[in-house]
Amino acid sequence: MPGQFRRRLVSRIMTAATVLAAVLAVVPLLLIFGDLVAKGVSSVNWDFFVNSPAAPGEPGGGVANAIVGTLIIVGLGALAGLPVGIGAGIYLAEYGTNRFSWIVRFVADVLNGTPSIVVGIFAWTWMVKPMGHFSALAGGVALALLMIPMVTRTTEEMVRLVPHSLTEAALALGYSRWRTSLGIAVRTAWPGIMTGALVAVARIAGETAPLLFTALGNLNFRLDILQPMQTLSLQIYVYATGPFEEWHRLAWGAALVLMALVLVFGLAARYATRARFSHGR
Amino acid sequence: MTSAATAPSSASGSGAASDAVSIREFDFWYGSNQALHRVSLDVPARAVTGLIGPSGCGKSTLLRSINRMNQLIADTRHRGEILLFGRSIFEPGTDLVDLRRRVGMVFQRPNPFPKSIFDNVAYGPRLNHLGRRDELTHRVEEALKRAALWEEVKDRLDEPGTALSGGQQQRLCIARALANEPRVLLLDEPCSALDPIATQRVEELLVELKEQYTIIIVTHNLQQASRIADFTAFLYLGELVEHGRTEQLFTRPRDERTEAYLTGRFG
Repeated sequence: MPGQFRRRLVSRIMTAATVLAAVLAVVPLLLIFGDLVAKGVSSVNWDFFVNSPAAPGEPGGGVANAIVGTLIIVGLGALAGLPVGIGAGIYLAEYGTNRFSWIVRFVADVLNGTPSIVVGIFAWTWMVKPMGHFSALAGGVALALLMIPMVTRTTEEMVRLVPHSLTEAALALGYSRWRTSLGIAVRTAWPGIMTGALVAVARIAGETAPLLFTALGNLNFRLDILQPMQTLSLQIYVYATGPFEEWHRLAWGAALVLMALVLVFGLAARYATRARFSHGR
Repeated sequence: MTSAATAPSSASGSGAASDAVSIREFDFWYGSNQALHRVSLDVPARAVTGLIGPSGCGKSTLLRSINRMNQLIADTRHRGEILLFGRSIFEPGTDLVDLRRRVGMVFQRPNPFPKSIFDNVAYGPRLNHLGRRDELTHRVEEALKRAALWEEVKDRLDEPGTALSGGQQQRLCIARALANEPRVLLLDEPCSALDPIATQRVEELLVELKEQYTIIIVTHNLQQASRIADFTAFLYLGELVEHGRTEQLFTRPRDERTEAYLTGRFG
């Protein structure tokens, strides 16, 4: 029958189109990663991980300071940003029918769309200027500000996905509103909340612009969070735009390391979602 | 067993000692929409009382008023009185935790928590600090036995409750409610999501349970009401039209609306 033939044809075409779109979606990532491996893998060796940068123009040197700095600054951002974001998200999901919640939601959406460089300037005005100098702490605050709206909205979505019937069941057993929220809604949504949190951490780990005004960067190995500190993203920025061939090589290596770090966060996020849904306790 | 021996006292009566729940001239509003109109109903203890009526007639609203679940919904109010074993559930200072411990509830769709079978049943007792660890284990076993689920799950208490079949999940939810040692059990169309065999299993269970508990069940299934309810109340448009012994209500309804509903002329 011609009708049936047409239907099959359309079905084939649509399937092919979606497959093509899916391929196009992953190809850039594969290209980027392939390029990074090709150009960066030669600079990645033991010295690269344990040394700080050599003096400008000299060969060797590594990104130990930047790796540790990234972990510290992202850690500071997560330490401040995750509790606030998750807490706000729970509030919006569980009690979010009033006018105040509407405002919080609106502000979070606006902040989500705010360019990160603007957040960096904000952190500079409120942290760097009063303190008189750049610091890792100011960088952490800038990253926290970027995380909060992301985490707030994903947490809210995740808690909202918990079926109302579960909440009702806990309430009918005599649980109070807040114990039901934490014990059932949040616990059930927890894998999803963690996924959102890890995705947010991965996002801010690659941020550069807000750190230019706050953490500044540092060619030396530093652990003092009140002083300027290097991150991988800042190091890539400095090295890639610098005049030395050696620096360009190191920038590729740093980019590969940063990409791998983000990938690890992503995999951890996937694992966190899978692990909990299948087990009871 | 005193169950079916007592007839429901009259609506205006003072609530006989055998009445577990007495509802007096109870009105309920969702916003400006009045869902219940002066409902008065005495529910005898240790018997099954069925609530029937077409969709939207207020059965579930009435049921959910008895453990005050409705007050969670914004912009609702009530007038009138509900007594639980002679005491008002609206008395100032009524402990909701205690009320809901004494009045257990089972919902339309099985809603086990995404936790192990054991933890599902232990959830209520843990909140109410009923017992230590070994006592808790005993209590969980007891509740699962009463819900006729023990034999099927005793070797896999650590598995998630959500992995059970629909009928088993509903019995798990009944066990979860029983673990709180309630005196009244409210069931809101507990079999509507179950297949006939699982339904039969739950019905048999309810008939067993009425020896110890007062059971109020909302059902859309008239055959179910006639099979398991000792007393049946018919609600229509938020009003209690008629209530009485099930066989009387089904065979000799006093109100023509009841008869019309039972013979399938509306609903």
